[in-house]
Amino acid sequence: MNQIVPAGKRPSTELAAPETQDFVTMFIEGQLFGIPVLTVQDVLGPQKITRIPLAPREVAGSLNLRGRIVTAIDVRLRLGLPKRSEEKKGMSVVVDMGGELYSLMVDQVGEVLSLPAAKFERNPPTLDLHWREFSIGIYRLEDKLLVVLDVGKLLDFTRNE
Amino acid sequence: MDDLLSEFLTETSESLSTLDVALVNLEQNPNDPQILGNIFRLVHTIKGTCGFLGLPRLEHVAHAGENVLGKFRDGELEVTPDAVTLILQSIDRIKLILGHLEQNECEPEGSDDDLIARLNAMADGRAAGAPPPPPPPPMPTFESVASAPAPAPAAEPAAAAPPPPEPEPEEEPAPAPKASVPATTAPPPAVAAPAAPVPVGEAKESAVAAQTIRVNVELLENLMTLVSELVLTRNQLLQMVRGKDDSEFATPLQRLSHITTDLQEGVMKTRMQPIGNAWAKLPRIVRDLALEMNKKIDLQMLGAETELDRQVLELIKDPLTHMVRNSADHGLEPTEERKRIGKPEVGKVVLNAYHEGGHIIIEISDDGRGLNLDRIKQKAIQNGIATESELETMTPQQIYQYIFKAGFSTAEKVTSVSGRGVGMDVVRTNIEKIGGTVELKSQPGKGSSFIIKIPLTLAIVSALIVECASERFAIPQISVLELVRVTGNSEHGIEMINNAPVLRLRDRLLPLVSLKRLLKLADGDDEQQETFIVVTQVGTYTFGIIVDRVFDTEEIVVKPVAPILRHISMFSGNTILGDGSVIMILDPNGIAGATGESGLLGGTQTAEAQVMRESHADAKTSLLVFRAGGDDLKAVPLALVARLEEIEVTEIEHSHGKPMVQYRGHLMPLIGIEGVLNLRDEGRQPVLVFSDQEHTMGLVVDEIVDIVEDRLKVELSTDGAGIIGTAVIAGKATTIIDAGYYLPQAFGDWFGRNEKEYGSSDAHPPRVLLVDDSPFFRNLLTPLLSVAGYEVISVESADRALALREQGNEFDAIISDIEMPGMNGFEFANAVRSDARWAQVPMVALSSHATEKDFERGRQVGFNDYIAKFDRDALLQTLASTIAAAKGAA
Repeated sequence: MNQIVPAGKRPSTELAAPETQDFVTMFIEGQLFGIPVLTVQDVLGPQKITRIPLAPREVAGSLNLRGRIVTAIDVRLRLGLPKRSEEKKGMSVVVDMGGELYSLMVDQVGEVLSLPAAKFERNPPTLDLHWREFSIGIYRLEDKLLVVLDVGKLLDFTRNE
Repeated sequence: MDDLLSEFLTETSESLSTLDVALVNLEQNPNDPQILGNIFRLVHTIKGTCGFLGLPRLEHVAHAGENVLGKFRDGELEVTPDAVTLILQSIDRIKLILGHLEQNECEPEGSDDDLIARLNAMADGRAAGAPPPPPPPPMPTFESVASAPAPAPAAEPAAAAPPPPEPEPEEEPAPAPKASVPATTAPPPAVAAPAAPVPVGEAKESAVAAQTIRVNVELLENLMTLVSELVLTRNQLLQMVRGKDDSEFATPLQRLSHITTDLQEGVMKTRMQPIGNAWAKLPRIVRDLALEMNKKIDLQMLGAETELDRQVLELIKDPLTHMVRNSADHGLEPTEERKRIGKPEVGKVVLNAYHEGGHIIIEISDDGRGLNLDRIKQKAIQNGIATESELETMTPQQIYQYIFKAGFSTAEKVTSVSGRGVGMDVVRTNIEKIGGTVELKSQPGKGSSFIIKIPLTLAIVSALIVECASERFAIPQISVLELVRVTGNSEHGIEMINNAPVLRLRDRLLPLVSLKRLLKLADGDDEQQETFIVVTQVGTYTFGIIVDRVFDTEEIVVKPVAPILRHISMFSGNTILGDGSVIMILDPNGIAGATGESGLLGGTQTAEAQVMRESHADAKTSLLVFRAGGDDLKAVPLALVARLEEIEVTEIEHSHGKPMVQYRGHLMPLIGIEGVLNLRDEGRQPVLVFSDQEHTMGLVVDEIVDIVEDRLKVELSTDGAGIIGTAVIAGKATTIIDAGYYLPQAFGDWFGRNEKEYGSSDAHPPRVLLVDDSPFFRNLLTPLLSVAGYEVISVESADRALALREQGNEFDAIISDIEMPGMNGFEFANAVRSDARWAQVPMVALSSHATEKDFERGRQVGFNDYIAKFDRDALLQTLASTIAAAKGAA
């Protein structure tokens, strides 16, 4: 799976719009990430999560969101980062993927940013392979960089099994 | 229009549009058996249905098409574009006829001989190259629909192109109705809207659609979900208000509660339909079948008003039809035969539906000939599913299960009704898909019955909530048989056979599965003081799931798991409990599969065990299991072993180069298994002591493993000296040692002594006839008796014994079992005593029922003595004294 795909060939339909795009931002291990605001359904605080035995380890479990069952994905593990320490409470962003709801567990959810296309850049080739897999590209913000997450890839577990 | 007909039309056009897609898929993946199976099934259904509706033309076309597809399926024909084209053409023809049918409620005039001829040719394997007659005489009589979708000579490219393209008009000879290759997804009406004289397609759409209002299932599904949510919320509210009597919310909440309940019931009801709806077609089908097969059939339908979920109903409709058809066609004998064997002329097929604990049970039974065991065996061997020797060891119940295998039709000839092997595998799959089970019972000559157990509704199931390693899980109640609580000191204890946990449950070993281990929930095996075992049944396979705690049962709303989790076969879904938490629903099928038991063959294990138990209820034997000269397990019947000793190695002495010890004032020779003597270098040497009056002998073993009480069935006998054979003991293959072989090795005079002892003037030792149906006992007693100096002839039945009498054999004594199939011991004794030849031979009865009454009865019929099985000493003594008494009397 880890073959190197030239960053330029990444699908970037969401970024093709000439003007600005809105992103829900979130933090993991201090790094700023963003996903397109329209894919986001909900932002949740800490939730009671039911563990799912035998599931891939990145699947934290499932939770009840107003009567719908949402599968929680630990984005930290997905990105190859260590598990969040127990005492820190995380937050989640709920996204809809093919009619199914997934909750992306992150450290913290930030504000919604409107970002101009001009500030977008492809993944630098030096980016960690693991990250390159899930990153569409980078936005240059004033004080930091925002990594745009590819939600589809993040939830595509068929590829890494 | 006839309801039946209109329903047929709607259904068929749905099937047809599926077919088009499937066929094109098939062309791309010609080797995909699933697609092929699907197509075959669809065509089969169409054929079947129109046969009953009296639509010969349709039926013939479908039948011919099905033949070709059947060849594809069996791999006899290659899936070529030509072939697919031909199939597509026959489907077009079917559509055309359907169009006319829709309008005029009758089949159009005309003939399909050309098409059928080509299909048959294809089926016979000669058609591939032979081009169809160029512009075929386009059925002159076919008036209403101008020209048939020409069996286009050049239609091949059309079908060859992967996404079904528009039909190539330039290749159509006629100003064609372009019904040939329809667009993939469009339903037939849209496709069949040619500029032809008669607008067949449109007519169909309007006519049928107007009669039925089809409510989208999804809509109902959504409603159902919403209501479930409402119920959950209401429950939460109730929880909050509970205990606060003076709450101002109490009254409105109560109202809300009532309304919610009503609403829930109402929505459930929209989905519930009487099962009679699914049966509506059956009387006619059976009637037509009766006419066709010239049988008299009485179809009884009981409990037609039993309601079940619409979705379930849809899913079991076809299986039910199949099964009734099977019963009527294969199950019931022809009238002549029934008369001959003295059955009522009119065959009975009974459908019975009723509710039972949240499930609906549907029984389909007939009073016909029952399943043909031999044919199933034959077929199983033919299809390579089982070998003859495997079948030998199976019970009829196990063998019957084969009819649920794909491609398994035992009908001697393929009729238009059934017998293509579509049936039972599909039935089973469909029923299992909705969480149901099928059971099958059959009695030769008396008929067979199928018992289907399905959940009332798919949306809401009753589930048992259990806990394991602090996680809760739901187990569908339908598969739960009972719960057993196991504590450290209760009489039920979990026992281990080489890490495989088992539980003795009512004289039966129940294999257990640890949920903790299965789901990898805990790392260490911290044994709990108290656990629960959920006895679960999948098909006929029963096993226990070990859990930590059991809570209540709860009605749960089943939701499918997220796609990324679908590969985990242990879960059939997930749900939200009343307290709002998410919980996984365990799939007993998946668990059974994970433990290595497939639904079919493994499933019959308990059935087999049960049967065995019934026939040999008392044939349990205590066996001493040990290891000697190798890692494999060996065993001897405990009854033969006098004592187990551990001897200090230093005490072993050698005399004449043979090892022996002083034991209780005598010298006891030590013998090794298979002639190899592996004495330990130091410490204590375990020895099995065999003893007979003054002689004792020590069999040197490496390790004494266990004493097991098990049914002993020697399955593999060997010619190896000193070995009776191999049997499965406590789940392990174990070599049964023939103690009789080793005894003479220790003492040259073991036999000689006996001769002296009996001191008979005859040169030959006393001859004993042993009659016992159990091969084990024959194997056990024969060496025992021969060691004691008798010449033993053993036979497995009273009939055989009497046959020996006819041959002029003479015996000094007869030992007979009482419980035997066929002629039992009492009857045998009567038979012996009633004939002069053996009238004076002493008889000893052997039985596990050693009550006073049995003794009395035994004596009455002529047994000289009556001994309990396993009482070895008593047997030898009795035998000796009876023979002596008889000799003295003589």
